[in-house]
Amino acid sequence: MPTRDYRKKISLSESGPGDAGKTGSWRIVRPVIDADVCIPGRRNAPACYICWLYCPDGVISRSVPPRIDYQYCKGCGICAEECPTKAITMVEESSFIKE
Amino acid sequence: MKSDNIEIRWHGRGGQGAITAAKIVAKAMFTSGYTGVVMVPTFGTERRGAPVFTSLKVSREKIYDLSPSKEPDIVVVLDHLLLEEEDITQGLKHDGLVVINSPLAVRSYRFNGSRVAVADVTDLSVKAGLPQGMVNSGIIGSFARAAGLVELDVLLKTIEDEFIGRKPGENSRAAQLCYENTIMGGL
Amino acid sequence: MQIIETGNTAAALGVKLARAQVIAAYPITPQTPLTEKLSEFIESGEMQAEYIPVESEHSALAICIAAASAGARSFTATSSNGLLYMHEQIQWAAGARLPLVMCVANRGVGAPWTIWNDHQDSISQRDTGWIQIYANDHQQIIDSVIKAFCLAEEVMVPVMVCYDGYILSHTHMPFDVPESEKVDAFLPPYRPPYALDPADPANLNTVTMPDGRADVRGDISLGYMEIRHLLQRDMMEAVPALNRVEERFQSVFGRGDNPYVEPYRCNDADYIAVSLGSLSYQLHDVVDALRDEGIRAGVLSVHLYRPFPDRIIAEALKGCSGVVVFEKALSYGYQGPLCSDLKSALYRHAESRPFVANYILGLGGREITTQDLYEALKASCSPEGSAGEETRWIGLRFL
Repeated sequence: MPTRDYRKKISLSESGPGDAGKTGSWRIVRPVIDADVCIPGRRNAPACYICWLYCPDGVISRSVPPRIDYQYCKGCGICAEECPTKAITMVEESSFIKE
Repeated sequence: MKSDNIEIRWHGRGGQGAITAAKIVAKAMFTSGYTGVVMVPTFGTERRGAPVFTSLKVSREKIYDLSPSKEPDIVVVLDHLLLEEEDITQGLKHDGLVVINSPLAVRSYRFNGSRVAVADVTDLSVKAGLPQGMVNSGIIGSFARAAGLVELDVLLKTIEDEFIGRKPGENSRAAQLCYENTIMGGL
Repeated sequence: MQIIETGNTAAALGVKLARAQVIAAYPITPQTPLTEKLSEFIESGEMQAEYIPVESEHSALAICIAAASAGARSFTATSSNGLLYMHEQIQWAAGARLPLVMCVANRGVGAPWTIWNDHQDSISQRDTGWIQIYANDHQQIIDSVIKAFCLAEEVMVPVMVCYDGYILSHTHMPFDVPESEKVDAFLPPYRPPYALDPADPANLNTVTMPDGRADVRGDISLGYMEIRHLLQRDMMEAVPALNRVEERFQSVFGRGDNPYVEPYRCNDADYIAVSLGSLSYQLHDVVDALRDEGIRAGVLSVHLYRPFPDRIIAEALKGCSGVVVFEKALSYGYQGPLCSDLKSALYRHAESRPFVANYILGLGGREITTQDLYEALKASCSPEGSAGEETRWIGLRFL
C-alpha cells in the first residue's frame, strides 16, 4: 500500500535546532548576552524576546534571562543586530580558547 | 460521415438565446427517444449582437463525431437580417428546411430546393407577454411545426422546465403561438 | 439521472459528488464555467466546501497544496497558460505526494495567444509526476473525476483529468449523474496518512540533502533521490491500482470499461489509429467508413497517459501492421509525444513491430474535419503508410 510508511515518502522534519547537525563549531564570533542590559534580565520577568523570535536556528530560549545553546548557534549575529537594548555583543571565538 | 444523423444549424446573434433554443430542442428530442443528441456551439470572440451559430445533431444512436455540421438538414434563423450578413444556407441539404423569424411573407424567401417556414416570432412573442426581442422560445414553436420531429406538448413542457423562474408560462405561450402561426412555403 | 449539459458542468457535478472540501481556482477560458458552477454550488449551500478566490493559478495550486497538507480533499481546474503558470507548484504537489485532483479543459498555449483547443498544455506537464487521464465524452468526465479522487488517495499521487476545451467543455450532450449515496459508498471521506497539526509542528519538504540523515529525534530520513524513486515506484503502482478502482466503480455503478485504453474494432485490424480525447471518438465514424470499403481499420483511444501503460498498449496493438498516431500536441524539434511513447512501448513489448505514422492536427482550434481524418487515415492504411515526412500535418493552409 502506497500509504504505508507515508512519512518516509515525503520530506518531513521536526522544527528546532540541530536540523543540520551540531553547528556550534561553525562559529567565529559568539553572541554574549549582558543580563543587566537585556529587558527580561533587567526586569527579572519574561518580556521582549526579540532575539528568540529572530534566531533563524531556534537556539535562544524564552527564559529569564534568555539563554543561547552554543552547541548549535552558528554565530550569525542576527540576535545582536535586532536586540533593541544592544544587550548582545558578538565576541571573537578565539578569546574563549583557554591556553 | 454518418448519414442517419439529423443536423440542425441555428443562426442567431450573441445574447439572443440561440444556444438555449437548441438546448431545449435537444432535451425535448432526447425525451422523445433520440439517445444521441449533441449541441456543439462554435466559439470565438463573440459579442452581444454579433452573428453566432450552433450545431445540433440528433440520432437514434450515440453520436461520436462532435465536429460542426457541414451539411445541415435544417437551418433555423432567429433574425431575418442575418440573411444579409451570412450565407445561412451554406451546405444545406438539397431537400432541406429553413425556419426564419421574419415579418415578411413566406413568398419573399426562396432557397433553391428547400422548404421555408416563416413566422413573425418577434411580434408573436410580445403578444405572448414576453419583452421585445425575446425570440428563442417562440422560434422553437415554429421549428416544431415545420420540422415535425418533436411533439408540441413535449416541447412546451421542456420550455416550462427550462424557464423556471423566468416567465415559463409566457415562453410556453410564445412557442404555442408561433407553432400555430408558422406559414410553410418554398421549393 | 440523465441530463443534457456541458462538459464543464459534468466536471463540476463530479467534484460536488466527490465532496471536495477545498476549491481554489482562477478563471480562464474555457475552464471558467466549471469554477463558476462550483462557486454557485458552494454559495447556494448545495456543496459544503471552502471556495478560495485567488489572484493567479500559481496561488490556486499553492492553496490546494496547503489544504491537502492539512488533510482536506482539494480540487482545482485550469487551462492553457494558467496550467503553465502552475508548473512549479504542479511538480511540488507530486513530490509532496498530495492526492489533489485537477481538471484541465485543454487549450493551446501562447504565443501567439489562442483560446481554442489542443493538447499542448497538459502534454507539456507530462513529466511532472502527475497521473494524467483523458476523457472522450461527458460520461467519462464525470466518472473520471470521481475515480480520480479515489485513485489519488489510494496511491498518494495527484491526478489531472483532461478534456477538450470547447469541443467537450462547452458542448451539450446527455450523461448520467450518479446518485450521491452511491458515490459516498464508492468514495468514503478522505483519511490522510499524515496531516499538519498545530499541536505537533513540522517542516514539510524543506531542503533535503542528497544523502539521507538522522533528524533531531534520531529518526533516519531519506535523501532526495530515494523520495523521488518512491514517487516513480508508486506511479508505476498506479497502473494496477487504477484497475482496482475501476472494478470497484463497476461494482457500485454498473458501468465502466477498460480504464487504460478504449479499443474500437481493433481485434482484427491491420491498421490502428491512436489518439487522446474526443478526437478518438471522431475517428470511430472514419473507421466505420473505411471498414465499409474493406479496409480493416480500428481506433485505440488512450485514457491513461501517465503512468504510461506500455504493455497494455502494445498488447492492444498486437497483430496490426501499421499504427497511425493523431496528435494535438508536439515536442517541438522532434515529433508528437504520444508517437514517441508508443514507439518506445512497441520497441520493448512487440514481437513484430508495426510501422508508426504520425499526424499533427487541430492546433489552436484548427477545425478537424471528419473528411480530413478519413483521407489521412486512408492514405496511411497501406504497407507504405508511414512513407514520407516523419510527422505530417493535417489541415495546414498557407495562403
